Amino acid sequence: MRHLLSAADLDRAQAVTVLDVAEQMAATQRREIKKLPTLRGRTVVNLFFEDSTRTRISFEAAAKRLSADVINFSAKGSSVSKGESLKDTALTLEAMGADAVVVRHPASGAPHRLAHAGWTRGAVVNAGDGTHEHPTQALLDAFTMRRHLVENATGADLAGRRVAVVGDVLHSRVARSNVLLLNTLGAHVVLVAPPTLLPVGVEGWPCEVSYDLDATLAGGHGDLDAVMMLRVQAERMNASYFPSVREYSRRYGLDARRVGLLPDHTVVMHPGPMNRGLEISADAADSPRSTIVEQVTNGVAVRMAVLYLLLAGARDLAPDAPPAAPPAEEVALTEGVLP
Amino acid sequence: MTTTTAGTTWLVRRSRVLGGQPTDVLVENGVVAEIGPGLSAAGASVLDADGLVLLPGLVDLHTHLREPGREDAETVETGSQAAARGGFTAVHAMANTDPVADTAGVVEQVWRLGRRSGWVDVRPVGAVTVGLAGERLAELGAMADSAAGVRVFSDDGKCVSDAVLMRRALEYVKAFDGVVAQHAQEPRLTDGAQMHEGAVSAVLGLRGWPAVAEEAIIARDVLLAGHVGSRLHVCHLSTAGSVEIVRWAKGRGIDVTAEVTPHHLLLTDEEVRSYDPVFKVNPPLRTAEDVMALREALADGTIDIVATDHAPHPVEDKDCEWAAAAMGMTGLETALSVVQHTMVETGLLDWAGVAQRMSAAPARIGRVADQGRPLVVGEPAHLTLVDPAARWTVEPHTMATMGRNSPFRGRELPGQVVATFYAGHPTVLDGKLAGPRPGTTPGRDA
Repeated sequence: MRHLLSAADLDRAQAVTVLDVAEQMAATQRREIKKLPTLRGRTVVNLFFEDSTRTRISFEAAAKRLSADVINFSAKGSSVSKGESLKDTALTLEAMGADAVVVRHPASGAPHRLAHAGWTRGAVVNAGDGTHEHPTQALLDAFTMRRHLVENATGADLAGRRVAVVGDVLHSRVARSNVLLLNTLGAHVVLVAPPTLLPVGVEGWPCEVSYDLDATLAGGHGDLDAVMMLRVQAERMNASYFPSVREYSRRYGLDARRVGLLPDHTVVMHPGPMNRGLEISADAADSPRSTIVEQVTNGVAVRMAVLYLLLAGARDLAPDAPPAAPPAEEVALTEGVLP
Repeated sequence: MTTTTAGTTWLVRRSRVLGGQPTDVLVENGVVAEIGPGLSAAGASVLDADGLVLLPGLVDLHTHLREPGREDAETVETGSQAAARGGFTAVHAMANTDPVADTAGVVEQVWRLGRRSGWVDVRPVGAVTVGLAGERLAELGAMADSAAGVRVFSDDGKCVSDAVLMRRALEYVKAFDGVVAQHAQEPRLTDGAQMHEGAVSAVLGLRGWPAVAEEAIIARDVLLAGHVGSRLHVCHLSTAGSVEIVRWAKGRGIDVTAEVTPHHLLLTDEEVRSYDPVFKVNPPLRTAEDVMALREALADGTIDIVATDHAPHPVEDKDCEWAAAAMGMTGLETALSVVQHTMVETGLLDWAGVAQRMSAAPARIGRVADQGRPLVVGEPAHLTLVDPAARWTVEPHTMATMGRNSPFRGRELPGQVVATFYAGHPTVLDGKLAGPRPGTTPGRDA
């Protein structure tokens, strides 16, 4: 794998490898000195055509803790608004010697274009493109689920787990990546949304679709292991996707009553940033079963794993073609080099 | 093929007229002078056309020549050269230029540029509404009465979505035997649309352009045309549902004609998975089921013609992310090959059927009186010679069009235009541009 553009780029073995390496990365992050020399001398560019402080600082922290040089390139006002084109930006970064480009872009497919149009030789990591995908978010979500729902997590997938993804699926890159990755990892996904916020064509996706949140939470088709709430923009009601914020919240919001319908072990997730009181109530967001803050922490470990696997001479994530030094040893070894 | 001496008299040896038995054709003073085996003519240039198929010069009802205003994308000169190389002898230049071709002045300018170029007969299309704004009728009568003699009116690129305005346009052009060519796209259903709405758009996260947005407008328009007794032409029909509606309308006796583009006969929305904007076009590439329905409809006559919707763009308008890219594909120099590939080699059409759909019918719809004529003695010598056995790989940088945005780039296609005669003058010989027709003076059609 040269790039990470879609969750579909990963097969089961590769996805499990990313999660396992992320566990090792997370272990190093509990130590007093968090920095590893693994990517010393390598350059990671965070190319953000859209404001996303959370995702950018997560990637930045991940790259810096691997000792990479990090360049933050905020290019809001892209070719869409007639500024410098994506191509010229890419050529500039190429000329500066970027080993990896982490790209966030409002246009679906922009990272794909960056990776395949011959503008840059660096590894491209999709950090969210339009309404297409956000694969590292899906990886950190899967990582979080595996920690909570699977004993002896190393090497394991999410086979047999049931996950509800609730909200604006139509406009959500998080939902698309999660459906793909969770399916790859053997989990069963239920999308819950008003019909207006599901794409035409969703019937071909490897998941179940429901319009009824209460019935899904009550486990009519089996107990849920995780409920993931998606951010809903209040402005969507202006385009008649739903009549009002209050009606949306009543029918599809996660509140204390609905949390009460869930089995004890079920975790409540949200990719952030949340609209408290719209798709999720404060009770639900702050409940003990909420993993929302932990997801942010895990995001750094997962992004360290992705950058490591793409850049540290381990271009192929398949276990049958292992990197020169296996991840566990490499991490241990480099740790030993630290003062 | 060998070519000997230039002159105004041409003897085309042993070509297969409309794919029939080999025979000779003598072209003299711009007309077909003789047809039959074993012809000879002293002083005639001889073109050995053994194995080649002779067709009437192709007529495109839907071309974007970009001039005036976007001469960085195409000019009348380069676009009509591309047309000649594609086997065309007439093209209709769409009105969405800058300024818009919505006055007699602009259509006459385009018409004069075409005459000066002399590669094909350039027929300007007039805008239906002022500035393509969809608010009030342009001076359709003035354009009809101008030197350009406009008969086809279209806001192509935009839909005449207002039902009353569409009704009035359909009625008004009856006074001068005009036709309204509708770009059928319900604007509210396609706000920000990027590709066909379906399984692929759901995965790619690109905003969908639903088939119903085309079909709803076509349904409304055929009913309007029937109600007021007018002639309607549907541009670049792209869905199986649209085929059903046109078939129904024709069955009711409504005077509707329809076109399909070569790219909609071959490519599907699966191409968009590459996110390569060369596949971005309006209407969008549809599904394989739609492609098959379009081919069948073209074969059975529900769809009357093939029209290219040739839409050249400068490189920078395609060398970017999908959402930022312009819509459109070049098509003049690949149209006949794509039709051979999708319709002839599949057994859906013979060469006479191709001539009907790419020459006779578009000339009739556009009221180009001296083109699309039968290949018989005494008719104007607008002729295309194609080598159906040739195979070639599409390389946009070798084309005559300035546009590099061919969706067939790198693809091997059958059939090569070897020669094009425009009123007896060879504009293309040996598959290369030969020269424009000197002293072109195409008059107004009666």
